[in-house]
Amino acid sequence: MKRLLRSRRAAFGAAVLALVALGAALAPLVSSGDPAGQRDIVLTRFLPPLATDGRGAFHALGTDRFGRDVWTRLVYGARVSLGVGGLAVLLSIAIGVAVGAVAGHWGGPVRTLLLGITDFALALPRVVLLLLLAALWRPNATLVIVVLGVTGWMSVARLVYGEVRSLGVRPFVEGARALGASRSRVLGRHILPNALTPVIVAAALGVGNAIMLEAGLSFLGLGVQPPTPSWGNMIASGRDTLVNAPWVATAPGVALVLVVVACTLLGDAVQDALQPVRTRP
Amino acid sequence: MVATVARRTLAGLAVVVGAVTLTFFLVRLAPGDPVERLLGPQATAAQLAAQRHALGLDRPLPAQYGSWLARFARGDWGRSIATGRPVRALLGEAVPATVELVGLSLVLSYLLGIAVGALQVTAGPRVDAALSVTTVTLFALPGYWLGLMLVMAFTYWAGWLPAFGAAGLDADVLTGWSRRIDELRHLALPLTTLTLIGVGGTARFARGAMRDVRSQPFVQTAQAKGLSPWQVTHRHVARNALIPVITLLGLSLPALFSSAVLVEAVFAWPGMGRRLVEAVQARDYPVVMAATTVSAILVVLGNLLADAGVAWIDPRVRHGTREGGP
Repeated sequence: MKRLLRSRRAAFGAAVLALVALGAALAPLVSSGDPAGQRDIVLTRFLPPLATDGRGAFHALGTDRFGRDVWTRLVYGARVSLGVGGLAVLLSIAIGVAVGAVAGHWGGPVRTLLLGITDFALALPRVVLLLLLAALWRPNATLVIVVLGVTGWMSVARLVYGEVRSLGVRPFVEGARALGASRSRVLGRHILPNALTPVIVAAALGVGNAIMLEAGLSFLGLGVQPPTPSWGNMIASGRDTLVNAPWVATAPGVALVLVVVACTLLGDAVQDALQPVRTRP
Repeated sequence: MVATVARRTLAGLAVVVGAVTLTFFLVRLAPGDPVERLLGPQATAAQLAAQRHALGLDRPLPAQYGSWLARFARGDWGRSIATGRPVRALLGEAVPATVELVGLSLVLSYLLGIAVGALQVTAGPRVDAALSVTTVTLFALPGYWLGLMLVMAFTYWAGWLPAFGAAGLDADVLTGWSRRIDELRHLALPLTTLTLIGVGGTARFARGAMRDVRSQPFVQTAQAKGLSPWQVTHRHVARNALIPVITLLGLSLPALFSSAVLVEAVFAWPGMGRRLVEAVQARDYPVVMAATTVSAILVVLGNLLADAGVAWIDPRVRHGTREGGP
């Protein structure tokens, strides 16, 4: 933990994520409060960053083709992107921990079956699966969370499986068994709490990845639907106006890269803190 | 060794069959069907039913699945419902385009990534830190957005490179060198996009692998023998660090295909990804099925090749002496 606090990477990652989360939570206070708000479209569309429109409203990041404030859409989009990314990762971790723990703790055909399913799911091209699943229902935020969660649990399952198996033969686990604890009690009270540390790393990296995939799906029109702003559909809408209003697509992209970098750095720092051997000499 | 290859091939075949089966039932269960889109909103129920019957879409799902599988295995991939063209011709144009793009970017990003990773391990801490910031940022870039930014810079501002498609409108009248150059100019932006993203991930991984290997006792032995730093890196570190990197190469193929889908959408690259997106949206069953099957086969083949590559580079795997090997 000390190592983690000293790490500049962890500090940067945590600071960026905290700022974005704060901005998303306080979205109505730090912006115009209406991400879909359109006024006089002829007068207010495509205003460049730092412009003030005819009514005296200030647009820090300019406006898009409907005259909507890009900054406002960005902070409201952060709610959607962070929310969807976070919940999707929670879902995939829940599935992954369950599958990994059961496969690691109970042997026999259950293990073979679960590991087979994991390997199979790991070998599928994820975007193809995402495309098919997103085509099944009308696209919306809940669907994106479920789809990302259902297609992202495999690496967590692998991690937890390995940990559970190596912990299962450790003396303290054998001790618990010798005391007569039931299988599920040994798993829940003794093995899992010790197996969860690498999952934290996977979670930090997974959030960045999930946010990126959410944006990708929304970019293809299969994710969060306009007028609800998400960073992905903002990039998509800025794509048509790249020539005369490049800021519409640039702003959400920069935000996305910042958040994903922050998640990656945080994940790396946690990993280094957990594995002293691999830190810098 | 032979037994391992056979087992791996069987497992790969199982993955392909599983993926194809899953896809078949997923697309059929999706609401909307190709006939509605083909005939338009003014078609009567009778017309819809007649067309569905003509395409065999009114039969029970397992029967459709069985006959599709049998015909597909015989090489009869059917016709695209949306465009009426034979599926094999459609994919025959798309597969080379994707393989060209993905293959080239894979080679480039691994060469560059390994070089950057090696440089980071051997250079001083400042260079290492600066390159780490760069690779983390590249790793975090969404391909479609990077593509848009490159289009903005090189097409709209500088006016150097074309942004869409694989060939210019005048490609048919161009000959020889000018045609080659036209193709290369169209390839430049999508290839740069995919490669830059790939370099980030590969360099990060190669750096980690090399650092792990450098702390091993045999490297100290090599240094103690008086070998030059280059010899140590080249003969002892690189070869051992390449093992996890090559395994990653195989494992990263699905992800690479995934980002290719998005990048192809941005650049209107006439490859598998774009075909697949269009086909899923139009519920063009024969095209979706064939495209999924081909990409599943490509991914599985890539993994098998990576395994073979590891065996080639690591004698312990080749001779089956590695404890609990893969």
